[in-house]
Amino acid sequence: MADEQKPEGSATPPPTGGEAAKPAEPPAAAAPKPAAPKPAAAAHAAPPKPPAVMVTTPWESEITQLLKERFGGEITEFSTYLGQNFLVAKPDAAIPILETLKLELDFDYLVDVTAVDYPKRPERFDVVYILYSFARNERVRVKTMIPDGYTPATAVTVHLAANWLEREVFDMFGIQFAGHPDMRRILLPEEWQGYPLRKEYGILQQDDAWVRENMGIESGQ
Amino acid sequence: MPEATFLDATELVINMGPQHPSTHGVLRVILKLDGEKVNGTECVIGYLHRGVEKIGEHRTYQQFAPYVDRMDYVAAVSNGLGYCLAVEKLLNIEAPPRAQAVRVILTELNRIASHLLWLGTHALDIGAITPVFYCLREREEVLKIFENYCGARLTTHAFRIGGLQYETYDGFEEEVKKFCDWFIPKVDEYEELLTNNRIWVGRLKGVGILSADECKEYGVTGPVLRAAGVQWDLRKAQPYSGYEQYEFEIPIAENGDTYDRYTVRMEEMRQSTRIIRQAVDRIPSGPIMGKVPKVVKPPVGEAYVSIEAPKGELGYFIVSDNSTQPYRMRVRPPSFVNLQALDRMVRGGLVADVVAIIGTLDIVLGEVDR
Repeated sequence: MADEQKPEGSATPPPTGGEAAKPAEPPAAAAPKPAAPKPAAAAHAAPPKPPAVMVTTPWESEITQLLKERFGGEITEFSTYLGQNFLVAKPDAAIPILETLKLELDFDYLVDVTAVDYPKRPERFDVVYILYSFARNERVRVKTMIPDGYTPATAVTVHLAANWLEREVFDMFGIQFAGHPDMRRILLPEEWQGYPLRKEYGILQQDDAWVRENMGIESGQ
Repeated sequence: MPEATFLDATELVINMGPQHPSTHGVLRVILKLDGEKVNGTECVIGYLHRGVEKIGEHRTYQQFAPYVDRMDYVAAVSNGLGYCLAVEKLLNIEAPPRAQAVRVILTELNRIASHLLWLGTHALDIGAITPVFYCLREREEVLKIFENYCGARLTTHAFRIGGLQYETYDGFEEEVKKFCDWFIPKVDEYEELLTNNRIWVGRLKGVGILSADECKEYGVTGPVLRAAGVQWDLRKAQPYSGYEQYEFEIPIAENGDTYDRYTVRMEEMRQSTRIIRQAVDRIPSGPIMGKVPKVVKPPVGEAYVSIEAPKGELGYFIVSDNSTQPYRMRVRPPSFVNLQALDRMVRGGLVADVVAIIGTLDIVLGEVDR
């Protein structure tokens, strides 16, 4: 791949505070998230236990500069992992950030919207927006962390592509997007109970009542 | 005042699919019609949903590899390449040069096979019966190469994380070269049948226009985007698997209509042949498998890796928690995202155009529904 990578070794220095605006602090307060890991293995030795968090390096460029100015503490982290840039933002700031990225920084193509479930975390879900800029030939991921039941604003107002993608996130994780024009299930039947990609949903689990009623069989397994 | 919109006599709602020969699988489209004119559509999908992403979380990295073939089953090799690249990215390894070259050859062959199936069925939908026989005949030769290489024709599982499982067979290079020489005149043959055919042109020109801005807005990629005049192809924009070594062009067109998408794909088949020829001429020698740990346990982290599949940008977003199974396996399927633009494309058109437009989007429902 074109983008080069930086393995192990070069971890984020634990909050030295130096790095511009305000990032670094807030996320560390939460549960198992990025910020400040650091096993002793600076000597690049593989065997001793690998770190339990993502070993990221800080990301700085004109993009982060502009976003920092505009959003300040709303963005808690700018990082790079394996040569891929991402930022972590407060949930309310996600859509304004997407808008700024689109209108001022040319990130005009919303590649994907998805979520990741961390049941043990107070902010249970990561909502991930993957963006691409044709002009810059560059990708950015915007991540927000939301608790269960929180309804993040829809991205349809910025990118039409978000319509089905957010419906799929709702279908699989039960995350409702506020202001979405058509917040219904997309892949599963509308009356289906449960959200399959949540971690507590078993691999063999299904909506038995639905299967019985609509397919006339006890189980699809 | 009683509201009676549902009694509006001018609007007719009819159902197309899910069992319909021209929806290319189990796609159901609800059409709102005013006579022959389409006022709006709604896609009902999910009939083929198998929970691929959920399965991904419950299989080891190696075990999941065969599953990805079953998403876009007419371009299984591309799916496998994207998946292997994504896991390799997480592991921070690269396949050896020889493996990369073979991967490129097989992936491009698969692109040809995928486009051939598209061309045949698309032409069939429009009413041109002949091309499908020719297309399947040529596709058969590609499948034979796959079969000789790995024993499977459709869901090949040709690649492994870190490289290849199998060395190329004796005579692989010759066979591939022979195919290229034989195939190029065939493309001209299809073009003779279709390109200036009055019915073909009449049915496709100006139908289902999607402009470049609309494509970006809807996240539409692949030949549909290129037909709208955007010269963007991930093989060039962010080369992977050694594509930067090969000379090829990104065909584009300007109107973004169904006809343009046809010409773009035709040219893509020629360009793929060109890539294959270069790759097969200089397959480096050396190992076919990189240094991959027996137990694949990528460090905690996440990565998004995408490739130019025949249908557009196919991406994998994998989150690893340093266990043997992915913590989250997200597939960004081109067909799913492209299908979203269907409504925009058919609005204002005729019923018969819907068939042409579904065909030209080149969707595979296995990938839409996952």
